[in-house]
Amino acid sequence: MSVKAELRPVAIPRLLVVQTKAVLLGYWRIPLFAIFTIGLPVMFFAFFGLPRLHQEILHHVSVGAYILASLGAYAVSNVLVYNVGIGQAQTRARKLDLLQRASPLPSWIAIAATMVGGLVLATISLVVLLVVGAAAGVSLPLTHWLLLVLALLYGAIPMLGLGLTIGYLGSSGNLAPALASLIYLPMAFASGILIPLSQLPSVVRAIAPYLPLYQVGQLGWNAVGAANESVLAAALWTAVWGVVLGALAVYAYRSDQRRKFA
Amino acid sequence: MTTPATGPVAAVELLEVRKNYARVQAVRGVSLTIERGEVVAMLGPNGAGKTTVISLMLGMRRPSAGHVRLFGLDPGDRAARSRCGVMLQESGVNDVLRVAETVAIFRAYYPRPLPTGRVLELAGLEEVANRKITALSGGQRQRLYYALAVCGDPEALFLDEPTAGMDVEARRSFLAGIREYASEGRTVVLSTHYLEEADQLADRVVVIDRGMIVADDSPTAIKARVAGRRVSFTVNPAPSAADFEGLPISGLELRDQFVRFHSSNPEQALAAAFRRGWDVQNLEVVGADLEEAFVSLTTGRGADLAQTDERP
Repeated sequence: MSVKAELRPVAIPRLLVVQTKAVLLGYWRIPLFAIFTIGLPVMFFAFFGLPRLHQEILHHVSVGAYILASLGAYAVSNVLVYNVGIGQAQTRARKLDLLQRASPLPSWIAIAATMVGGLVLATISLVVLLVVGAAAGVSLPLTHWLLLVLALLYGAIPMLGLGLTIGYLGSSGNLAPALASLIYLPMAFASGILIPLSQLPSVVRAIAPYLPLYQVGQLGWNAVGAANESVLAAALWTAVWGVVLGALAVYAYRSDQRRKFA
Repeated sequence: MTTPATGPVAAVELLEVRKNYARVQAVRGVSLTIERGEVVAMLGPNGAGKTTVISLMLGMRRPSAGHVRLFGLDPGDRAARSRCGVMLQESGVNDVLRVAETVAIFRAYYPRPLPTGRVLELAGLEEVANRKITALSGGQRQRLYYALAVCGDPEALFLDEPTAGMDVEARRSFLAGIREYASEGRTVVLSTHYLEEADQLADRVVVIDRGMIVADDSPTAIKARVAGRRVSFTVNPAPSAADFEGLPISGLELRDQFVRFHSSNPEQALAAAFRRGWDVQNLEVVGADLEEAFVSLTTGRGADLAQTDERP
């Protein structure tokens, strides 16, 4: 065989592209999962948004726009908790992480690709929902639509941290589906993104501001002009949650790496 | 070290390597140089530390003490890793993907990979190329892992118990494939607990037991050291150890009427037993399995005893 002494490893950006494609292909190959992550928010919109599309709530904002912002936050965080979190747990349960570690693919590229792939899928899920909303008659200025996408993608940061933390909890990865539902579903309800804040019991309403998803919700409601808190506060709290959940994810990831590769 | 500074860099170098997991000493002072182009079998019983040694070579585990070099580099170095293909004992893939897709993903990790079609051909997976991995049989799955190990056209292949779970035919063709791969001047490091496998494939056999190298020799030399048969039978009345004195046996076990020993000359040992008029029942003579071979190789004492005992 040829002399390979001068063989250079594959360039990092190329590895990232290849691996991100592999992650997305993995999502694409589980149709049921994709239908849930993309279909569920759209279905909820059809149930709760369509019947009262043009009613006005806060500050002359339509119910349709308010629900789109809420479900947009739900769509994004769903992908990051279920697809990324459970997906990463499955990677560990299957021991694909061991084989990747033995290959020339650096571990951090594998993680980065999981995050990028998750954000791409979250964006797809969000855009599909907004397109359905717009087609159904929700009208917003173009700047609001763009602002909504940007705000919710910024809100994706803490949820990515939560997803990865769930994905790395436990030594086997088999706990993740239960953990995801146990942590995430009550949080989604208590944050006012599945049930409007005004309809939550007062105890839950008192807890809501301390939940990360509530802050992401505020970002979305701000973008459509229907928030009850300032965008600055929401952005700041989201950043704080991003740091906290990000640190947790790093901690969980490092413990897993230590257990396997120390 | 054995390699002169000016000479070619060895594929793998371990120097006084130790590895402790919590309180368990998995590897206890291993020094080993594997030159490029060598085909080395690491032979040892389960739990001997073979997997840990391979993990250390590949930088998947860090040594508690000692030094590890892969192509003269840190084993975590991407330049070193890009020259290695690996088949782990325990690993998995994203099994919702198809076979060819998975090969295509892994080959993209390497700077100069083989074409996907060639990889599938090498691993005998052409017919299932478009099948989902969930639909593969155990043997096909094992071949997929082999495909992922060779897809980067690596200079060195590391195979940790690659034939585990394969039937005889699958094992035969699999080993033929590895031999062909090795014949192109590439380095192969394979762990196994089958002596025949090491014998068929390797130029060199490194026997590992309880975290240490207990023998490092050609397959022929190793075989000579562990040759012999295991003999067991029952005899009534129960014999005593004294009854076996002077017979060419070692590792005698007596449990009531049950007798078991290891012998390099079972015919002679049995002839003596029959001459004594014993009523031998349930006789079994089988090739010594590796566990027993290790007893004679590893307990040092055992090997010497076997020689002295076996003089008639």
